[in-house]
Amino acid sequence: MIAAGCDIGSLTAKAVVLKNGKMLSNAVIRAKTKPSDSADAVMKEALDAAGLAFDDIEYIVGTGYGRQQVPFVDHAASEISCHAKGAFHVLPEARMVIDIGGQDAKATRMDETGQVTRYIYNDKCAAGTGRFLEVMAEALEVPLADMGKIGAQSTEKLTISSQCVIFAESEVISLVNDGKAIPDIIKALHHAMAKRVAALAKSIEVTPEVVMTGGVAKNTGVFEALSEALGLSLRAMDGMDPQIIGALGAACYALEKIEAIDEPV
Amino acid sequence: MSIVAGCDVGSLTSKAVIMRANKIIGSYILKSKPKPEHSADAAFKGALAAAGLSVKDIACLIGTGYGREKMEFADNAVSEISCHGKGARWLLPSARTVIDIGGQDCKAMKLNSEGHVERFAANDKCASGTGRFLEVMAKVLGLEISELGPLSGKSKSPITLSSTCTVWAQADVIKYLNSGEPIENIGAGINIAMAKRVAILANSVKPENDVFMTGGVAKNKGVVSTLEKLLGMRIKKARRADPQMAGAIGAAVLAHEAVSSKESWTKGMEFN
Repeated sequence: MIAAGCDIGSLTAKAVVLKNGKMLSNAVIRAKTKPSDSADAVMKEALDAAGLAFDDIEYIVGTGYGRQQVPFVDHAASEISCHAKGAFHVLPEARMVIDIGGQDAKATRMDETGQVTRYIYNDKCAAGTGRFLEVMAEALEVPLADMGKIGAQSTEKLTISSQCVIFAESEVISLVNDGKAIPDIIKALHHAMAKRVAALAKSIEVTPEVVMTGGVAKNTGVFEALSEALGLSLRAMDGMDPQIIGALGAACYALEKIEAIDEPV
Repeated sequence: MSIVAGCDVGSLTSKAVIMRANKIIGSYILKSKPKPEHSADAAFKGALAAAGLSVKDIACLIGTGYGREKMEFADNAVSEISCHGKGARWLLPSARTVIDIGGQDCKAMKLNSEGHVERFAANDKCASGTGRFLEVMAKVLGLEISELGPLSGKSKSPITLSSTCTVWAQADVIKYLNSGEPIENIGAGINIAMAKRVAILANSVKPENDVFMTGGVAKNKGVVSTLEKLLGMRIKKARRADPQMAGAIGAAVLAHEAVSSKESWTKGMEFN
């Protein structure tokens, strides 16, 4: 039984190929202008890595904001359910998933069977989303991927009071002009962002274990700041790339679909 | 009659006015400098020069705006709300609702018949609905902020911005620009989006006539006319002075009141 999940996000596209519940391969690429092009490219990369052809896949589930524009998927599922499913698959004790994407942030609660019970998301405001960090990385002229590492070198505690991307950016510029050190500014930004995401999660009651998924979870500074803001230890994904959890959940979904089809009537 | 001054150091512009006998005899406005104390100094000196006076001629100066605590020469610092309420009353004595859009905030207040602030709502947490929104958009379009307003009059089919967030709306505007949308349609859509956001805040104070708008955005005809439609009320314009000066005028009026009460008090003492 070979199944695949394809997660077309605003900034990146992810794909996971599963065989009998084991991950054969995965791929993450920068999103292209057209969601269907992103889907083609990321699936090809994942299939090549697994040494498979498109026809070998029995069922594909698509998710992410571009899921409706992917012609080859057999089924499109919401990001909420896919992230919950993916997180639960890796960590069955997970009861909440906080997913920070490039243009949104979501908190989802699930029960002991992995069923989604409550969720909340923000896609109206750039604060608390991946875009916040992207804008700040650009303003500070540091690579986005290095922010966690640079922030870890902080020695002086600074505060950024704005959560709005536009206002926080002005604060950052003032701090730079005041001669403040970049690592200190970055750490303050991680805390400002965590505060916003924590408020979102708290609005549906935080229940451990809490896992963080999405590309921003790779930023250790945000990961730690969010743990602090929530007053608990966020769980890491046991060495698995937090960015592919949505695609993994979609692939798990696809596997369930195959099983349902195969079941004798 | 004593000469008084008001100085309003905002995040984007700084203003100062000099008043004698309740009349403006000098004013000055400039783009705010990185340090508020430098902005205050430049605004005050500019207004003094315009009036042909020097620092020693001023009986009392009141500071307001976000930089009000950093003015060394000010006799007192008063909140923007009080100053804008006072300034709005001076500019338009019939004002009962004041909408003030600043560079980094937006405030709405309802005044009672005596001119005291009765209801108040403000947004300084989100750039949307503040002057910064227009500033960001003007920059994307490669225009001066003052060039945005007239675009509404030229557009027949304004674009619709689906996002309130300045960051997302900016991405929308870039998409429209790249797709070759005429700039007047984009500009008009920006003004409408701005007005929609301000209307939510204004409605929360239950506006009453006369509605008066202060702050630089009052000069943007596109925002003002959409806001009038959304509120179902006319927005009055100031004729006595530039509405952007309302905060500084209010501060000067308060300075005048402070001096007169002191003078009458001293006179009263002498009389006794």
